[in-house]
Amino acid sequence: MTNTWQDIKNANVVIVMGGNAAEAHPCGFKWVIEAKIENGAKLVVVDPRFTRTASVADYYAPIRPGTDIAFLSGVMHYLLEKDAIQHEYVRAYTNASLIVKDGFGFQDGLFSGYNEETHAYDKSSWDYELDEQGFAMSDDTWQNPRCVINLLKQHVSRYTPEMVSRICGTPQDKFLHVCELIASTAAPDKAMTSLFALGWTQHSVGAQNIRSMAMVQLLLGNIGVAGGGMNALRGHSNIQGLTDVGLLSNQMPGYMNLPLDKEIDLDTYMKTKLFKPLRPGQTSYWQNYRKFFVSFQKSMFGDAATQDNNWAFDWLPKLDVPLYDIIRAFEMMNNGQMTGYICQGFNPLQAFPDRGKIRRGLSKLKFLVTMDPLDTETSRFWQDFGPQNPAKSAEIQTEVFQLPVTCFAEENGSLVNSARWLQWHWKAAEGPGVARSDIWIMSGIFHRLRELYRKEGGAFPDPLLNVTWKYTDPVSPDPEELAKEMNGRALADLVDPATNTVATKAGTLLDGFAQLRDDGTTASGCWIFAGCFTEKGNQMARRDATDPREQGIAPNWAWAWPANRRILYNRASADPDGKPWNPAKPVITWNGTRWVGIDVPDYGPTVKPSDGVGPFIMNAEGMGRLFARDLMAEGPFPEHYEPLESPVENVLHPKVQNNPAARVFADDRAAFGSPDKFPYVATTYRLTEHFHYWTKHALINAILQPEEFIEIGEVLAKEKGIEQGGWVKVSSKRGEVVCKAYVTKRIKPMMVDGKPTHVIGCPIHWGFTGQARKGYGANTLTPSVGDANTQTPEFKAFLVNVEKTHAPVAA
Amino acid sequence: MALTRREFIKFTGLGLAASGLGVLGFGASGEAQAAAVRPFKLTHATETRNTCTYCSVACGILIYSMGDRAKNARSNIIHIEGDPDHPVNRGTLCPKGSALLDIVHAPTRLKAPRYRKPGGTEFEEVSWDFALDRIARLMKDDRDKHFIAKNAAGTTVNRWTSVGMLAASASSSETSYLTWKVVRSLGMVVFDNQARV
Amino acid sequence: MFDLQSQDYVRRSASTMTPPMARSHEEQVAKLIDVSRCIGCKACQAACMEWNDLRPEIGHFEGSYQNPDDLGPSVWTLMKFAEYENEQGNLEWLIRKDGCMHCEDPGCLKACPSPGAIVQYANGIVDFISDKCIGCGYCVKGCPFDIPRISKQDHKSYKCTLCSDRVSVGLEPACVKACPTGAIMFGSKADMKQWAGERIEDLKSRGFENAGLYDPAAVGGTHVMYVLHHADKPSLYSGLPDKPEISPVVRGWKGIIKPLALIGIALAALGGFFHWITEGPNEVTDEDEAEGERVLRESETEKTP
Repeated sequence: MTNTWQDIKNANVVIVMGGNAAEAHPCGFKWVIEAKIENGAKLVVVDPRFTRTASVADYYAPIRPGTDIAFLSGVMHYLLEKDAIQHEYVRAYTNASLIVKDGFGFQDGLFSGYNEETHAYDKSSWDYELDEQGFAMSDDTWQNPRCVINLLKQHVSRYTPEMVSRICGTPQDKFLHVCELIASTAAPDKAMTSLFALGWTQHSVGAQNIRSMAMVQLLLGNIGVAGGGMNALRGHSNIQGLTDVGLLSNQMPGYMNLPLDKEIDLDTYMKTKLFKPLRPGQTSYWQNYRKFFVSFQKSMFGDAATQDNNWAFDWLPKLDVPLYDIIRAFEMMNNGQMTGYICQGFNPLQAFPDRGKIRRGLSKLKFLVTMDPLDTETSRFWQDFGPQNPAKSAEIQTEVFQLPVTCFAEENGSLVNSARWLQWHWKAAEGPGVARSDIWIMSGIFHRLRELYRKEGGAFPDPLLNVTWKYTDPVSPDPEELAKEMNGRALADLVDPATNTVATKAGTLLDGFAQLRDDGTTASGCWIFAGCFTEKGNQMARRDATDPREQGIAPNWAWAWPANRRILYNRASADPDGKPWNPAKPVITWNGTRWVGIDVPDYGPTVKPSDGVGPFIMNAEGMGRLFARDLMAEGPFPEHYEPLESPVENVLHPKVQNNPAARVFADDRAAFGSPDKFPYVATTYRLTEHFHYWTKHALINAILQPEEFIEIGEVLAKEKGIEQGGWVKVSSKRGEVVCKAYVTKRIKPMMVDGKPTHVIGCPIHWGFTGQARKGYGANTLTPSVGDANTQTPEFKAFLVNVEKTHAPVAA
Repeated sequence: MALTRREFIKFTGLGLAASGLGVLGFGASGEAQAAAVRPFKLTHATETRNTCTYCSVACGILIYSMGDRAKNARSNIIHIEGDPDHPVNRGTLCPKGSALLDIVHAPTRLKAPRYRKPGGTEFEEVSWDFALDRIARLMKDDRDKHFIAKNAAGTTVNRWTSVGMLAASASSSETSYLTWKVVRSLGMVVFDNQARV
Repeated sequence: MFDLQSQDYVRRSASTMTPPMARSHEEQVAKLIDVSRCIGCKACQAACMEWNDLRPEIGHFEGSYQNPDDLGPSVWTLMKFAEYENEQGNLEWLIRKDGCMHCEDPGCLKACPSPGAIVQYANGIVDFISDKCIGCGYCVKGCPFDIPRISKQDHKSYKCTLCSDRVSVGLEPACVKACPTGAIMFGSKADMKQWAGERIEDLKSRGFENAGLYDPAAVGGTHVMYVLHHADKPSLYSGLPDKPEISPVVRGWKGIIKPLALIGIALAALGGFFHWITEGPNEVTDEDEAEGERVLRESETEKTP
C-alpha cells in the first residue's frame, strides 16, 4: 500500500477491481464504509462476480476474468480522449513529456526487440532519447510525437468502449459509467483509491494489470495524495515483512538483488546499480545502493566481510536463472533435480497450482520437512485420504519430518502490515506440548550443520562458518536482538563531515538509513527497517494512536518503513510550488523553509520546490512512469493478452494470443486444456469465513463455511441440470474436484466477442485435514504458469468443464 | 441463597462517542446485577496485546488468559477480542479474527515432532534431537554432493539448488531475518514465501 | 423471588408481582443493524459463538452462504442472504443478521408459563433464565420473529442474551464490538434512532427512496432495530416479518397466566406437565398447544368458584 488503511476514508471514489476487499480484508474495508458515510465517497466494484464488496457498492460492473488490462486501457483511452486528466500533475510529476528512443515500437501485439526463440525481449529500445549529458530529453509542450504521452495515446487508442466490451464482456454503458466515476477524480482536490489484491496479481499478466491502474492514477494525479494511491491489500499477516526482508529466490533484505552469474564480482554487480539520475538534479535514492549493500554484508558476516574480500560478495549465492520460484521448484522436483524441501508455515500441496504435479513432485523428494503449528495436508501428502488425496504410501520413499511450531499467541516479534507498519506483539502463553518457535528450530538446524562442517569439512563452508551469531542465547536468539540487528548500528565512531565531530558513537543503534556508510563502519540487516529499534527503544512497540486532524496517519502508532513515512510519494500531494492540491486534506506543505505536515516528507525536508526535484525519488528521472522503460518483461506499456487458457481468440492480435514473455515449461503447456473440452472460465478465490487452509482447523470457521463448493450462474446450471446445493464435478485438463454447487444470480453469463461466456467460481479453502468437511482444494484444477515478471500463478483465469454428479465415494 | 457482590473490570477509554456505555445497561442500578446474568468471564484474566495472525490489515488484538503468570500456574488462553486502541481495527475483528481462540486451541495443533519413514503408512513421534540431527545430516550430505561452487564459465557462484525452502508468511520479521541468514549462508537459492499464492 | 432484588426487571414471565419501581434512571439500550453497510462477513456470528461458548455441529453446504442452516440452541445469531433483482433489473444481495429482536413487548415472555424463566430488564434486554426454563417451547410459539430454539440436550430454550454479561459491566455485545464495518451499533435507543435517521438520509440520497427504520410498533418497538434500504418490504430480507404480531392465542393467555400464577398451586402440576412435553417433540405442535390451552382452561376453572 502506498497509503494507510485509515487513509481510505479520505477518498472520493474507491475502486475495488482485482480484489474483493470486503471479503478478504473486512476490518480494513471499514474505511471504505467510512469514506462512503463521512466523505460521500462512491464505491465502484469491477469483478466477474457480484461479491460481498459489490453488495455495498454504489456501482457494479462485471468483467471477464483475465481482461483487466483491456478494461483499464479503455479507461486511459477515455481519460485522454475526454481530456479528463490532472494536467499540472501529469506534466510536472510523470514522464509524459519525456521523449522515447526512435527504435521503440509496437506492432501486431509485440513491442520492439522480441526474440521468438527465447520468448524474451531485447529491451534496449525501451528507453528515453538521451542528450549528451545522459539526461532524458523532454518536450513540455507535448508536440513531439515521441513524447510518452503521445505514444500512450496511440497505444490505447485501440481500446474503444466497443473493443473493451467485446473483450471484457462488460456492457458498454456500464463500462462508460465506471469511466465517468473514475474521471471525476481528475480534479486536483479529488482522489480515488485503488484497492486490489490477488485478483490482479494471479494472472500471466499480473504485474501489468497493476501497472495499468497505476498509470490511470498518475493521469488523475491520485498518487501521493490523501485518499489516493495504489493499495495492494496484502495477504498474510507478515507477507509484507517477508518480502521486505527478501525471502524470495532472487532477493536480499530491503529490495536488493542477489547477484546473477554474469555479475562476476562486486564491481560488475554495482555497475547495474549506480542509478545515475536521468534528469538534472534528481534524488535517485537508489544511488545509495552500495551503502545498503555493504552495511548488509557487515550485518551478515561481521568482521569477516572486509574491503579486501569485497565485503564477502562471493559468499552470496549467484543466480543462473532470473527466479527459482515455486513453479520452477516443483518442475525441478518432478524432474528429479531436488532432494529436500523445507516448508515453514506453508502448505504447498493445497496452495500451489496443479495439485497433482505438486503431489508427484513431493513424492520424488528424499526428504520433506514441515514446520507448522497445524497438521497440514503437505505433511501428509504420502497418506491415502481417499479421492481427496489418493496416495500409495508404500511406493513413496520420502522421509517426512513434521515439526510442531508455536503460533502468534506464543511468541514476541514484529509483523509488517499491508501499510508497511512494523507492529510488535507479545507472547500470551506457552505453546502446546513440546512445540518450539521457528527461531529455535532454525537455530537448531544451523548449529547442527555448522558443527558437522567444523568436524567433517565439506562443500564450501565459509559463509556458514562466518555468518554472525552473536546472540545472548545462541540456541534461541531473542527477537529484540534480531530486530536491533536489522535496524543496524555503528561499528565505529561515525564522524559528521560537516562538523568533523563524532555524530554517532561506535556500537550505537542507528536512527535511520541516512547514517549508513559503504566503508564497513555501519551494519544494518535490512536498511529500510533502519529506525525501527533505536537507542530510544523499540519504535515498533509504540502505542500512541493520536491522529492529527483525524486524517488517518497516526504517526506515532508503531513504526512504518521507510523512515516512519505513512504515505509514499507524499511530495506529490502538493503542487510544484508546495501547496497542497487538496487544501482540506494536506499531507505535507512547503512553509517557505521546509516541508511540514502530518507525515514524514518522502523528500528532502529542506529541498526547495524551485529546485525542481521530482517526487518519485526512487526513480532515476524523479517522475512517475507512464512508460516503464525496461523494467517489465512484456513491454513498457500494458497490452491485453489472453490468459494461457482462454475461451476466445485475442481479437486485437490473433497471432499473439498470450503473454509473449510468459515462461511455460513443456509439461505444463501439455497440461493446458482447450475450450472445446473445457468451455467455461474458472477463477479461484477466498471466502471471508476462512483464511487459506488454516481456519478449517478452527471449529468456529469450520461451522461458518463447512464444505467445499463452487459458484455457478443460474443459466449454466439450468443448461447442465445442476441443482441448488447438488453435487457437481468440475474438471480441468489437470484434475477434477467433486463438490457442492451454489447456483447464484451473482454470476451471469457475459457476451464476449458475441458469444455468451460462463464463469465458474472456485473458493479454495478445503482439504483433507482439519475440522471442516473433507475437500479436494481448488488448486487441483489450476494451471502451472505464472506472471512473466513474478511467476505468480494464473489462478484467476483458466478453463474447466462442469457436470452434475453424485457424492464422491469414500475410500 | 445470597446475592454476591461481584467485581467488574473497569474499562476506560473505549473511545465510544455519544452515550458512554457506562450509563447504559445495569450500571445505574448499582453494583448488584440481575442474578441471572452470566458472570463476566474476564474478571481476573490477564490481558496481552498481540496482532491477528491472519491477513495484513494486522488488527490489534487482546488475548485473555487464565492465570496471572505466577510460576506455578500455566497460562491458558480463554478469549481473544479486538484491541479498541488500534487505529485500523478499533476493536473490530472479522470472522477469522473473532475465532482466533479456536485456532490457538485447534485439536490439530501439533504437540510433538513426528517422523514418517520411507514407505511408511503412519507418523511416529520422535524427539527433537532425532529430528534435527537427521535433518542436518540429510541436508549436509546433499549439499556436499550437489553444491555448485563455480559455473561452467568458471565464475564463483556458490549455490545449492537441490534443497529448497518455503518461508512462513505469518512468522515475525525477526524469524524471517534469522531464516534468511541460515538459508543463504548455505547457498540455498530455491527459496520463496507465500507472497504470490 | 430473590432475583427481584436486583430491581432490574421490568417484566417477568408468569408473574403477577409488580416489579420494583424505585429506580427510574435506567436507560433503554438498543442494537442497530444497518444492513446497508453489512458485508455479510459473519464476524458477528463468530464473535457470538466465541464469547458465549457456543459451538453447533459442523453442517453441510446447503446452497447459500447461510451457515449453520438455521438458528439453534447454540446459534443465537445468523446471517441470512437473499439475492434480489430489483425493478431496474440490478442485483442486490440483501444480507441480514437474524437473531432476537428484544421486543419491548416480548411475545416469548407473554407466552412463557414458568415464572421468571423469561425476564425483561429495565434497559430493555429480554433474557432467558435457564434454571427456571421448563423447555415447553411456548416462547417459540409466542415469538413473532421465530427466534428461540429448544436444546435437545437439556430441553431448555435459548436465544441471544444481547450479551447481558457484557452489557452489565459496561461493554457492548460481542457482535457489536466485532462488526468490521460498523453495521452493528449499540447505545441508548434514542441515540440509535437518531443515528438511524442519518443513515436513512444518506441512503435516500443514494437512490434508496424507501430506506427506513425497522422498529415495529406491534411489539412495542424493539431493542434490536434494522436500517433497511427497502423498509417498505422487510420480507425481502430473508423473510423479516412485514407486520410482526404476537399470536392472538398468546395475547389471550396473558389474562389467564396472571391469575394462574397467583394461585401458585396449579404451578407444580403445570410444571410437571410441561416437563413431560419436553421429552416429546422439541417444537410445539398444534396438539401441544391445544393441550396446553386445555390445561390452562382447567386451571382457570379450578379457581373459579
